[in-house]
Amino acid sequence: MSLFGKLTWSAIPFHEPIALITSIIVIVVLGAVAAWITAKRHWSFLWHEYITSTDHKRIGIMYIVLGLVMLVRGFADAIMMRAHQYLAVGPNQGYLNPEHYDQIFSAHGTIMIFFVAMPLIIGMMNFVIPLQLGVRDVAFPTMNNVSFWLTASGALLVNISLFLGEFARTGWLAFPPLSEKAFSPGVGVDYYLVALQISGVGTVLTAVNFVTTILKIRAPGMSYLRMPVFVWTSLASNLLILAAFPVLTATLAMLMLDRYLGFHFFTNDGGGNSMLYMNLIWVWGHPEVYILVLPAFGIYSEVVSTFSGKPLFGYRSMIFATLAICILSFTVWLHHFFTMGAGADVNAMFGIASMLIGIPTGVKIYNWLFTMYGGRVRFSVPMHYAIGFMLTFTLGGLTGVLLAIPPVDFVVHNSLFLVAHFHNVIIPGVVFAVLAGYTYWFPKAFGFTLDERIGKAVFWCWFIGFNLAFMPSYLLGFWGGTRRMQHIADPSWKPWLGVELIGAFFIAAAIALMVWQLFYSIRTREQRRDLTGDPWDGRTLEWLTLSPPPHYNFAVLPDVHGEEAYWHRKQEAIERDRLIEEPHYEPIEMPLNTPTGVIVAFFASLCGFAIIWYIWWLAILGLIGAFAIFVWYAWRDEHEHVIPVEQVAREERERRRIRQENLQQLSQST
Amino acid sequence: MSSNEATAIGFTHGGSEDTGLGHRGPESKSIVVPYGFWLFVLSDMILFSALFATYASLANATDGGPVTNQLFDRTNVAIETMALLISSFVCGLAMIAAKRRNMAWTQGWLALTALLGLVFLAIEIREFVGMIRIGAGPQRSAFLSAFFTLVGCHGAHVTAGLMWIGTMMAQLWAKGFQPHIVRRLLCLSVFWHALDIIWVAIFTIVYLIGTLP
Repeated sequence: MSLFGKLTWSAIPFHEPIALITSIIVIVVLGAVAAWITAKRHWSFLWHEYITSTDHKRIGIMYIVLGLVMLVRGFADAIMMRAHQYLAVGPNQGYLNPEHYDQIFSAHGTIMIFFVAMPLIIGMMNFVIPLQLGVRDVAFPTMNNVSFWLTASGALLVNISLFLGEFARTGWLAFPPLSEKAFSPGVGVDYYLVALQISGVGTVLTAVNFVTTILKIRAPGMSYLRMPVFVWTSLASNLLILAAFPVLTATLAMLMLDRYLGFHFFTNDGGGNSMLYMNLIWVWGHPEVYILVLPAFGIYSEVVSTFSGKPLFGYRSMIFATLAICILSFTVWLHHFFTMGAGADVNAMFGIASMLIGIPTGVKIYNWLFTMYGGRVRFSVPMHYAIGFMLTFTLGGLTGVLLAIPPVDFVVHNSLFLVAHFHNVIIPGVVFAVLAGYTYWFPKAFGFTLDERIGKAVFWCWFIGFNLAFMPSYLLGFWGGTRRMQHIADPSWKPWLGVELIGAFFIAAAIALMVWQLFYSIRTREQRRDLTGDPWDGRTLEWLTLSPPPHYNFAVLPDVHGEEAYWHRKQEAIERDRLIEEPHYEPIEMPLNTPTGVIVAFFASLCGFAIIWYIWWLAILGLIGAFAIFVWYAWRDEHEHVIPVEQVAREERERRRIRQENLQQLSQST
Repeated sequence: MSSNEATAIGFTHGGSEDTGLGHRGPESKSIVVPYGFWLFVLSDMILFSALFATYASLANATDGGPVTNQLFDRTNVAIETMALLISSFVCGLAMIAAKRRNMAWTQGWLALTALLGLVFLAIEIREFVGMIRIGAGPQRSAFLSAFFTLVGCHGAHVTAGLMWIGTMMAQLWAKGFQPHIVRRLLCLSVFWHALDIIWVAIFTIVYLIGTLP
């Protein structure tokens, strides 16, 4: 075995012009960004304010940046597939060979779930939860930073697979026996496994952090039944992470043992059982769907309530529905492989359980509709996404109920109908929600709003693009279209594939417009400043503090009375025509910045890369480094720094002055 | 821990130690840290539950190789189990000594905990090596893959626990009974007891059932 294990010059994809050119472009862009940061002398700012930050708001922003960057990567894969499908019909072969095409659909799924949807959702939770709970940070701020960097480390490894070696050709869940050494001897599956293991550790730590935060760290008076719905749905989601992600870790670890040490968990020989992998991976995989979509439902709840100017209809039924989904989500995993042949009884049981989930979800849809009913609905950008979601997601949910009927599932299993179904729930359910949340909380994060006009254009491009790109797949699926096909034999499908490609172009336009919206809004930020901290006439505590909030969020923790903590406070102030009495200020201790996360992630990436390429000395070095940084971190004594009372008082008085002015304007207008 | 500490660390303003539900403001670190660690331990147990499920479904997939009855030795496992259970008891004694701020006894009991953990580990490694020698290694069959992974994962946890005990002894020696050190000791003891619970399940499901006549 050589010094660099399996790593040789042949790992660089000279024979794959597409991968090679993309790699070069990515490296050039990264270099340009780094050069720009160096020229502008921003490194110190980035290091102190973001990279080593333990501030939940900054970490949340980093998650969202990671998610949006990876969205571009995942979408590039998507549009390549759609273009290839359109070209590879009948006698034509398209431009992607089967090996490359298989890597692209595997990378697309893996990236979109693990490195787009998860970081975006976790980023939203990070930014919003402590603010909505009226507190200063999460329970474990340093661990929060470590979680982020471990997720970033996983994303890095997936992207390295583009330049060095290959990615898995096995689909996004790497089913054995195909993913076993015998059938996938290359490093592709290893990239997949190692990247997911590293980011999975980060995700579990995040869940520990948020469950502890929500259950133990809340403002005085914030009882469980006063928590905003987004907090409730995030709690459910994080409980699911705690209960589901360890199963993923165990399952992937077993596949790694099969591949690296010749174990026989899922192999064809030695008594292995590949269907065991299906069961285990879907015990994680189905709850994962709800891990993503429950916080998304929470975002919609906040948005619909705020922009309808009404409290959420059926707050308690919403929570009940959320927890019902949380529990039911663990009872349905087998519906992903009814065709395994577990027998009529088992299939019927899982089919009925799957249909049952439709009930609490339906409750939610009605709650949102009734919240809008009788309200003064403002058709802002987040509300566009919410309405677009309700229209399309309902359809996606109904096709899900169809798929839950075992005999129907036998017909459309692994077809394009299924592909259409899950994109129909994930894109309106999760992506639209994240875009709504991005628009909704952007002014809170940066102190100015995003451009409304471009925002609406982004919405329409996404909405039209999504429908064009996936509705034809329902038909193609009924006609026998199988998923993951590199070549399409039937020329009569070509027009439909063309429609889908046009849909992908619309989504490309949406992404381009999002970039433009960001640049345009930054350039015109002086005209769109949010001076009050409450740009949407909000109802929850994040709108009580300034935009952007000070490092410590609240100078004095708010005292919560009743549901809709902030709304009541605001109404009371308007009625009495004055703010509540100035409180007594105290110095605030906040956690110190720490480079622990980024160093741990550096060693984790090094170690992961070494394992992928069988460079054992480097793997051991990486492990020792990671352990050393933990010991070093545990050894330090200073964990907090004090913000002096004078600074707290000064900043809080400034906020009160702004609020007072705003209040006068409000009372004059009424 | 007093609510003064909670105030000082920025989690709260004023009184906090009440229902434990956090309705009257953020809880103090002495509640938050062990709580978070408990959640982590629970998620770890779920990881084990996946390994248990795997073992249960592959226990008979021996591929013509050795079966449980031919491999496990009840006496061996009994000694191993006693070592681990007693180490858990001793760990409890260390926590009592720590509560009394008695450095010598705390260090002594921690050292004994680690020693018993080492005995457990040595017996386990001897068992593994013996099995591999007679051709019953994890590559032999799916059953043995599942066995080595389940029991080995527990062993890896014990190893991590031993490293942790060493670190804690060093921290305690260098820094004394500071609040954050005591909190970590509490987490360590939670971890060590959790390993016991998992071992009881391994003992029953793998060894006792496996050595039924």
